Amino acid sequence: MGLAGIGGSLMGGKSLFQKVWENHIVVPETADTPAVLYIDLHLIHEVTTPQAFSVLKERELEVRRPDRTLATMDHSTPTVPVTGLEDLDRVSDPAAAAQIRALAKNCRQFGIELHGFDSEHRGIVHVIGPELGATQPGKTIVCGDSHTSTHGAFGALSFGIGTTEVGHVLATQCLLQRRPKTLAVNISGAVPDGVTAKDIILAIIGQVGVDGGVGHVIEYRGDAITGLDMDQRMTVCNMSIEAGARSGMIAPDDTTYEYLSGRPAAPAGADWDAALKHWQSLPSDLDARFDKEITIDATMLQPMVTFGTNPGMVIPVSGVIPPDTGDISFRQALDYMGLQSGAPIAGTPVDVVFVGSCTNSRISDLRQTAAILKGRRIAPNVHMLVVPGSQSIKAQAEAEGLDKIFEAAGAQWRESGCSMCLGMNGDTVPSGQLCVSTSNRNFEGRQGIGARTILASPATAAASAIRGCVSDVNNIN
Amino acid sequence: MEKVTIIHSRTVILPQADIDTDQILPARFLTTTTRAGMGDALFADWRYDSAGGLNKDFPLNKPEAQGCRILVAGNNFGCGSSREHAPWGLVDFGFKAVISTAFADIFRNNALKNGLVPILVDEATHQWLMDNPGAEISVDVGKRQLLLPDGSVVDFPIDDFSRYCLIEGIDQLGYLLKQSDHISHFEQQHS
Ligand code: SF4
Repeated sequence: MGLAGIGGSLMGGKSLFQKVWENHIVVPETADTPAVLYIDLHLIHEVTTPQAFSVLKERELEVRRPDRTLATMDHSTPTVPVTGLEDLDRVSDPAAAAQIRALAKNCRQFGIELHGFDSEHRGIVHVIGPELGATQPGKTIVCGDSHTSTHGAFGALSFGIGTTEVGHVLATQCLLQRRPKTLAVNISGAVPDGVTAKDIILAIIGQVGVDGGVGHVIEYRGDAITGLDMDQRMTVCNMSIEAGARSGMIAPDDTTYEYLSGRPAAPAGADWDAALKHWQSLPSDLDARFDKEITIDATMLQPMVTFGTNPGMVIPVSGVIPPDTGDISFRQALDYMGLQSGAPIAGTPVDVVFVGSCTNSRISDLRQTAAILKGRRIAPNVHMLVVPGSQSIKAQAEAEGLDKIFEAAGAQWRESGCSMCLGMNGDTVPSGQLCVSTSNRNFEGRQGIGARTILASPATAAASAIRGCVSDVNNIN
Repeated sequence: MEKVTIIHSRTVILPQADIDTDQILPARFLTTTTRAGMGDALFADWRYDSAGGLNKDFPLNKPEAQGCRILVAGNNFGCGSSREHAPWGLVDFGFKAVISTAFADIFRNNALKNGLVPILVDEATHQWLMDNPGAEISVDVGKRQLLLPDGSVVDFPIDDFSRYCLIEGIDQLGYLLKQSDHISHFEQQHS
């Protein structure tokens, strides 16, 4: 090691990120070449892999570690029931059906475990990794999907990659990477009642900006974070990419270990004890340094919604739409949304409500939604879709009778998948309609051509469905 | 990969900030299993009208934009999804470089792996480019320099490895495969 390495260790302790990064260096980076970084877990799905498998076939390469590769189908997969691959043509467009079949074929050819239609664990890739216990503290995890940052909730280093890099990982289990910078986001103080993890992360993105995290890995710290359960921590880390960050991480603690214990892919017995010892060494040292730090007072947080066409355009649900800055992107965003500067966002008529996506489709999100919908009906003009993150969450929700609550309220209850988060499977918001969505992106056309999206927590989404307009959950009682 | 050394072209401008990958390549075109033809779907929601005809007001559709190889976009280009279909679309359409004041990390990575040069410039240079659509400029990847029509030269950053891969047409998978002994060694140490 050069002087920089020695100097670095004398200068202070290590951050969580730094520890995980250093544990996975196969070849250190130099001025001329990036580091070769080892990847512990590669998650794959139907949309970003076919071209990578084609490269493998063209070059006659094998998948180096099928045992470290886990596949599911989620993005272009239907959320209406199908019996299997043969049955897809009935409900999917031909290209989507072909893409799903290509994944199944590639997984068979290369010996990769696939959670397909016959698996009770099929679901959104970022939901099933944690659910199976495959997502663990200290691991490096990648996927051809930007919301791979979700897995950072466990103290893993996880980030999204493009299809060329999917090919690199399939063939070598490694990636060429320059070391990113670190950003500590400290959130302390009691989180007010009615404020959820979604509101916390929307407020952070509002403050950091959609490009504020570029080049950085965020570590979320402070008692407002350690007080969250794993589902909520995943919601926070999930949207790190919306602040432009490579990833988000939260130090593992007892909440993390309790969640993982007993899950199918989690270590057991003596392996568990060894793993636990390693995991407990991962949290940032007290004197760890970060390239940037910001502090947020949790006591000031409120339920948040977006009003524009990127996730940084965010205000409290009780707030008014900010004044026109004259900026062309701002104007284009308000035009697209059909909203006016100075108007309150609450009361804006809503056509569609979507509860789902890797941000908010876990059992606690569904319970929260059901608690508000129970004994009520959604407004007659509202079309509401509730899409669980995985088939296991679906089964759990049904065992608790949540599906009956959704259906009695007038909402549709579906099979798992990405669904209306990006509208690839046929679930779209019609042009010009406004959707309150628990997903993570309100980009133009994200939920369908001309679709208008307001991002919100499951509680705000459920309240808005009942009132037929954007509503604070406190106003429905 | 094709070598990318000098790019000489007129510019076309998309002034919006934060152009995301859903704009660059909408999700409904991602059901493909090949890389081919993505240029047709590039900026689809802006480029075509609801009947599928070309939207004449969209900058890329104007006669003077035809044949332009360099796109100048507003601040923070390529945020959002990891879809490599976005750079595939830009390359297939004919672009060889994109200029902005910030790029999203994954987009930048994906672009470089497809021979599309992401060029990060300061605000003043950016403003000049925005104010002078169609300017004839040159990009010298080897020197990491932008040559403006008035003869002024602007440096831009590209890390050494990416620059080397661009100008030599090196494919990074080949480089990684050569690390196989190191990888095996790492796996033995950590199993
Ligand atoms: S739910 Fe949405 S954000 Fe999450 S992986 Fe699917 S498409 Fe991406």
